[in-house]
Amino acid sequence: MAAWLVRRLAASIAIVWAVVTLTFIIVHLAHGSPCGQPDGRPVSPEVCLDLTRRFGLDQPIWIQYVKYLTALLRGDLGESLALHRPVADALAEALPNTFTLALTALMLDFALGLALGIYQAARERRFGDIALGNAALFVNSMPTFWLGLVLLLVFGERLHWFPVGGPRDLVRCPRVDSLLCFGDFLWHLTLPALTLGLVGAAATARYQRAALLEVIRQDYVRTARAKGLPERRVLMVHALRNALLPLVTLFGLTFPFLLTGAVLVETVFAWPGMGRLAVTAILQRDYPIVTAASLVASVMVVLGNLLADALYGVADPRIRVRAS
Amino acid sequence: MTVWNWLAVGGAAVLALVLVAEIRRRAATGPTGRRFFRHPSAAPALFVLAFFVTVALAAPLVTPYRPYFQIDITRLANHAPSEQNPLGTDPFGRDVWSRLVYGARISLGIGALAMLVAVTTGVVVGGVAGYFRRWVDATLMRLVDVGLAMPRMFMLLMVVALWEHVPLAVLVLLIGLTGWFGTSRLVRAEVLSVREREFVAAARALGAEPARVIFRHVLPNAAAPIIVSAALGIGNVMLLEAGLSFLGMGVPSPAPSWGNMIADCWQKMAVAPWCATFPGLAISLVVMALNAVGDALRDALDPRKEVV
Repeated sequence: MAAWLVRRLAASIAIVWAVVTLTFIIVHLAHGSPCGQPDGRPVSPEVCLDLTRRFGLDQPIWIQYVKYLTALLRGDLGESLALHRPVADALAEALPNTFTLALTALMLDFALGLALGIYQAARERRFGDIALGNAALFVNSMPTFWLGLVLLLVFGERLHWFPVGGPRDLVRCPRVDSLLCFGDFLWHLTLPALTLGLVGAAATARYQRAALLEVIRQDYVRTARAKGLPERRVLMVHALRNALLPLVTLFGLTFPFLLTGAVLVETVFAWPGMGRLAVTAILQRDYPIVTAASLVASVMVVLGNLLADALYGVADPRIRVRAS
Repeated sequence: MTVWNWLAVGGAAVLALVLVAEIRRRAATGPTGRRFFRHPSAAPALFVLAFFVTVALAAPLVTPYRPYFQIDITRLANHAPSEQNPLGTDPFGRDVWSRLVYGARISLGIGALAMLVAVTTGVVVGGVAGYFRRWVDATLMRLVDVGLAMPRMFMLLMVVALWEHVPLAVLVLLIGLTGWFGTSRLVRAEVLSVREREFVAAARALGAEPARVIFRHVLPNAAAPIIVSAALGIGNVMLLEAGLSFLGMGVPSPAPSWGNMIADCWQKMAVAPWCATFPGLAISLVVMALNAVGDALRDALDPRKEVV
């Protein structure tokens, strides 16, 4: 078990290193310089030269790369070119927002997806199953950001049930420090989390239905039914436990999707998270932030896979035996 | 919209229906085809795809305006859907229906071409890795691990934003070349099992080159997962293109794609909802049809189902 973990960790670190290197190369091979105003006015050559020198951008790319990596090993992500603050600070501000959004969406995703999947499997090929199945397929096929726009239009613009963007009311709640403001935060969180959660739930429901239907055909389920157990108990206790395994894998796959899939949703809802930070940084040629963002994203993918494998072992004793 | 345009749309629908009926008649001769059409949503999904492709090919016949034409250039008003503009006009005074139809050419074209690039690369890499095994396999699969951990959206945004003026062909290539990792894993797994069969040993014993063994003997017998992942792949690419275009980094603006139509309109969503709603609906419908076809294909090609 320990050897397995060490091997996996080493492989994970190698993958993250490769992604960071790739990002570094792409970013630094591009034409143009990071000098320039957001409004497109040119910067005087002296200022540009001074800035380039200050950030070490005049050195050969491999020296910059070695410097970046050694700094990274010390935990130093560098200084943002556009924001004039350490990258770590900017990330520390954006990450909690993205995590809150992603985790809320994930809870919605699994709660709704599991419930729908079980319901559909229980009513296989009847009206409820077919209607919900088609609805789920449709939601799963929507561009996430478009669903966000539609929800925004209906519940924000037309019905005024929810705010149209941002994480909080800036006048009444500049900081989340009271119960009222926490409520305000949740109120702002609803639509973006719903957007991400609904799309995810549609996929989860499809997986869960298929997994449950596979298990239901097995002999031990027939035995449980033959013992005269109520159908509810057969489904929820006997069948569901073994049908939860694919969900564990799905969890590992969904986790990074929620973070990168949030890029577009964050743009639609003006949510100040990782996605928006990265997109703005790309547009401003803010190299250190771009590289750091792709570092965080690849860490998430690797972590998700690792977590899924570990959880898989916990959930299924057969796999644990084979691994050791 | 003139009477002729409406007639042409009707004609496209009839043509699509005839096409699906014909495919169904031919498919009914084999067990795989019958299993495919037993899936309840297979025929409707094929119809949706056939309709969109026909309409896109016959674009000049079914649309009243050119996609770039600004109808009322002095006022640039958003007109609600009417007899003249069945889906309304966008903030630049262009007919949404005309742009939707011409956009179908671009969106569907990008989807199909990028998928082709992705599946070809995935099949070659997966085939080579699975057939040669050892260090070739190890190297290629580590590459795939990195590719799968790569934040695809970020990478594409970075390349497009930093390199400026990326031509459409390069965009297609980029989307394709960042999308083959999953396919190559599937193909490799399949090839690993097929290569142990007797007919492969026989081909090798007859002195066939590795390339011939892989492409003529192994891969045709590993076709099922490739076909399914191709069907699902087009939908994924279309969603990705929509996202990139929405952020202004996909198809450059005056050319219509379903993604950048939404991008042109979303700021005006409150006053002119039709203009962002219809392209979004079109994407969802086509991707849903592709997913349904993919599901039906998976069921039809699954050998385990043959026994039942």
